[in-house]
Amino acid sequence: MVLSLMSRVRAQSATDLLQKIRARLDQVNDYQAAGIMRTNVSFLKEPEASVTVYFKKPDKLKIRNDKGISFVPKGAVTISLNNLLKGNYTVLDAGTDTTQGQKVRLIKLLPQDENADMVLSTFWVDEKRLLILRARTTTRDNGTYEVELYYGKYIAYALPDKVLFTFNVKNYKLPKGITFDYDDGSPKKKQPAGDGRGSVELTYSSYIINKGVPDSVFQ
Amino acid sequence: MWKLLQIELFKIFKRPRTYIPFGAIAAIILIIQLGLKFDGQSYLEMGMSSVADTFNIPYPLVMNGYLVAFVILNTLLIQIPLLVALVAGDMVAGEANMGTLRLLVTRPVSRTQLMLVKYGASVIYTILLLIWMALLALFLSMWIFGTNDLIIARDTVIEHIRKTDVMWRYIAAFGYAMVALSTVAALAFLLSVFAENSIGPIVATISIVVVLTILSEMRIPLYDNTVKPWLFTSHMLAWKGFFYSQSNGQGDTIAGSIENLPSILRSLSILLAYIAAFVTAAIWAFQKKDILS
Repeated sequence: MVLSLMSRVRAQSATDLLQKIRARLDQVNDYQAAGIMRTNVSFLKEPEASVTVYFKKPDKLKIRNDKGISFVPKGAVTISLNNLLKGNYTVLDAGTDTTQGQKVRLIKLLPQDENADMVLSTFWVDEKRLLILRARTTTRDNGTYEVELYYGKYIAYALPDKVLFTFNVKNYKLPKGITFDYDDGSPKKKQPAGDGRGSVELTYSSYIINKGVPDSVFQ
Repeated sequence: MWKLLQIELFKIFKRPRTYIPFGAIAAIILIIQLGLKFDGQSYLEMGMSSVADTFNIPYPLVMNGYLVAFVILNTLLIQIPLLVALVAGDMVAGEANMGTLRLLVTRPVSRTQLMLVKYGASVIYTILLLIWMALLALFLSMWIFGTNDLIIARDTVIEHIRKTDVMWRYIAAFGYAMVALSTVAALAFLLSVFAENSIGPIVATISIVVVLTILSEMRIPLYDNTVKPWLFTSHMLAWKGFFYSQSNGQGDTIAGSIENLPSILRSLSILLAYIAAFVTAAIWAFQKKDILS
């Protein structure tokens, strides 16, 4: 009975903690952030790109490259924590863990909506600073996404300076008969098998917060 | 020499059939551009379906003038050798057929000079054909579709080249294609020396190019390391190497880089060696030729 009571107390605490973080995130209604995006996917030879990330409450997010083309991974909306924390969830306290060299609280969210695409979310929370340092989301159709957030200049708004977004990648192969690839005669380098994962790193240089972002940006 | 070259060029451009390749190229390019303008997304989806499962692909931006030009070159640079053969295969055999060859060699120029000038005229024709192709495939596509980064789907990787890093690659690719097509012109020119009628060398050149291209594209281990490295058709596709860039340790492509420049230069030198061999053989055969017509 004592154990059950302790568990209830701790579960409440996790909910409270999440409420506080939510309240903190809620102070940002919109932002426009300039940054550099680097994509690391085994089959993609992609140059780093200057991008602008737009966010508007409740869940609009757009990554735009006005100087060229950028392949934005599906599920990149989860780089905005607001999008992960929307809706109704059952909160589970999963104890503690260590990430980015510090001890953190581990909190799991189970959506109450049975038809939600998100099946389970796990958060690594810095309890003292009320920050989410890492989040892992398992979806019904699109595999598992993971976001790692590094804070700096914009910590007051709980906005990261750097985000590392990891996602599932399917294999890529086209028949040579279609591509007519040039065979340069060099010994064939075997394509690294990889772990079926790719990542995108977003390093923000500046944010414009709560100055309004037109809806047209997201179309 | 310059006067002789002018005469040869005059003879080439006086014939109506000289303009057939220009018309054929324009027709093919316009058909491709029209198709891609109205249904380019379906074409892209076909090649990028597995990538689209992971990424949001901005198809309208990907389908830009640079990509359209690449698609056209991919299609046409396999067929253009046949068009080049139409003129180069006629250079000597056509004269023999018309009975003007004997008259030509009575002029106070050496047979070597005559042959060099005739081959030079074939190369100029090839260059003009490529310029025409560049105007339509690259510049017209840029005008119709606009410009943006170039995305190229290879068999195991996707190349992404920034738009500021593309134009020099096209210039290099067209320069390389000029050498590649001059090799076919040299082959047709050589065969032209042995015939009294231009049909023979034209058909023979086309047949050789088709057979060797099939052999170059087939994946048979027996030929891969023995015959294929020495076929000129294996090296004609090396223009694509200018669109393959190096990437750094983090996987970012390096602007202005080429993945395997030594390989392109090797291919280039093999093609130049073929040109030298074909033209030398043509001159030698022409000097020994007993001209009866």
